[in-house]
Amino acid sequence: MQRRLKITIVESDPARAALIEESLSLAGQYELTTLTRMAGLTAAIAATNPDIVLIDLDNPSRDTLEELTLATAPLERPVALFVDQSDANLTRIAIEAGVSAYVVDGLRADRLKPVLDAAVTRFEMFRQMRVELAATKRALEERKVIDRAKGILMKAKGLDEGAAYALLRRAAMDQGRKVVDVAEALVSTAGLLS
Amino acid sequence: MTPRLPVGFVPLTDAAPLIVAVEMGFDRAEGIALDLRRANSWSVLRDMVSFGQVTAAQMLSPMPVASALGLGGAGAPLAAVAVLSLNGEVICVGNAIADRLRASGHDFGFEDMEAAGRALLAAAPEGLRVGVPFPFSMHAELLHDWMRRLRPTEPPALDIRTVPPPLMAAALAAGEIDAFCVGEPWGSMAVERGAGALLLPGVAIRPGASEKILGVRADLADRAPDQLHALIRALWHAGRWLTDPQSRVTACEMMSGRDYLDVPAEVLDRALSGELTISPRGETRKVDRFIDFGQGAPRAAEAAWIADRLAERLGREVDPARRAAKDTFRTDLYARAVAPVAGFAPLGESLPRPRSDHEFIPGPPE
Repeated sequence: MQRRLKITIVESDPARAALIEESLSLAGQYELTTLTRMAGLTAAIAATNPDIVLIDLDNPSRDTLEELTLATAPLERPVALFVDQSDANLTRIAIEAGVSAYVVDGLRADRLKPVLDAAVTRFEMFRQMRVELAATKRALEERKVIDRAKGILMKAKGLDEGAAYALLRRAAMDQGRKVVDVAEALVSTAGLLS
Repeated sequence: MTPRLPVGFVPLTDAAPLIVAVEMGFDRAEGIALDLRRANSWSVLRDMVSFGQVTAAQMLSPMPVASALGLGGAGAPLAAVAVLSLNGEVICVGNAIADRLRASGHDFGFEDMEAAGRALLAAAPEGLRVGVPFPFSMHAELLHDWMRRLRPTEPPALDIRTVPPPLMAAALAAGEIDAFCVGEPWGSMAVERGAGALLLPGVAIRPGASEKILGVRADLADRAPDQLHALIRALWHAGRWLTDPQSRVTACEMMSGRDYLDVPAEVLDRALSGELTISPRGETRKVDRFIDFGQGAPRAAEAAWIADRLAERLGREVDPARRAAKDTFRTDLYARAVAPVAGFAPLGESLPRPRSDHEFIPGPPE
């Protein structure tokens, strides 16, 4: 019987790490380790000596893992990001989903694939959630700025809310800028004058 | 319809030419529209270029050389088609070392790399753990070069390790590293947070060292489509604009925005003006040519220098490494791209060139 694959997940958010572990354990029998502390990362990875390291593509600590690919690194076996060039497609899918995997040289593609399939699905969900969250946050911030700009105009020119917004929109159209940019400029200028 | 070119960058001061190309419209003047994508790490940018998520990306100058030597990752071979910046690095020491340096009478003179190096080695007789952003970076090479020139016959006193720049100040505070070498604004940010003091700018160690380049897949460089030429020209204009001192305030304002660096313009201005605040007590130093955006041509000699250093350190054969590296810096492509620019004249003939393979001090005898 084949030895179970050892997989290390690098993820600072424990809730997310748990979700990744869950989907991996549904995909097969693996020995899973999760590292949540980014300090001393390469030493911690060397201590667990995994076959596969999974890490979020947006995690800045990915650069630290590059040390693993050097011959002088703490790991005895050289590690590469997707060693097998025939798996370029799998790599592309993973990168688009937002997961990077460091894989010990020589690991067979048929053993790697179920792990990556499971990880890719999970990370894709994370990515989507993050994009939606960022969009919501942004919309909320833009709303706030526009509201403040409207308030300034209403006070300074004695306009009602509708007229203040119309004025902002007209200024934006005339200048070929976004309403929120005009509002931001107005708010920061008003801050200087007050 | 203007073709959109996805280009990756890391939020750093030396992403300036890319940001300026978009904000000043130099890209559209060349008939392309850059679609800038921010990334958090160099390995991600390299992979995004390798697998086609972006056409080109800001990269550390040793990255194409490392790819040619088969170091790090398993992506496609890379080529440097333009130099984005020279120098712009700082060495920052933690408060404990800074206090010892002051106690020993070191004046934090910002020009003398020998004095700074000797004082540092004396302040840390057990050796130092120094953070750099990436194993294949000019930061790592500057540190090695500095130490070799100080003590050519002794074993390395520095334990160089990779720490992502946003985590450097925290690693310093937690005592995991004693010092670090990074690009701005991270040095100034560490000073702002009271985490350490700036010891030396990169320009004091190796003036004219290529810091960031524009990297593409080597096969794209070979095909050299018109859009790549247009991108190089847009960057040439951006570099020229940035070199004009009158642009500085505007440039800092552009870069400080949320979509780019998200750092106060005042902190960015330190690197662009060369007037650095070196300690939390507000001491300042003026550095000539702290960062230079006006030298776009990739030079084969620089690639060869990097290859020599990597090969020597990692136990590779020097000659094949140097040959492979030279082809990654595409001087030819750059020259063809900028030749049609009206008013183009190669800048820089009068400027100091970095020491290359013919000049550097040899290591210990075998």
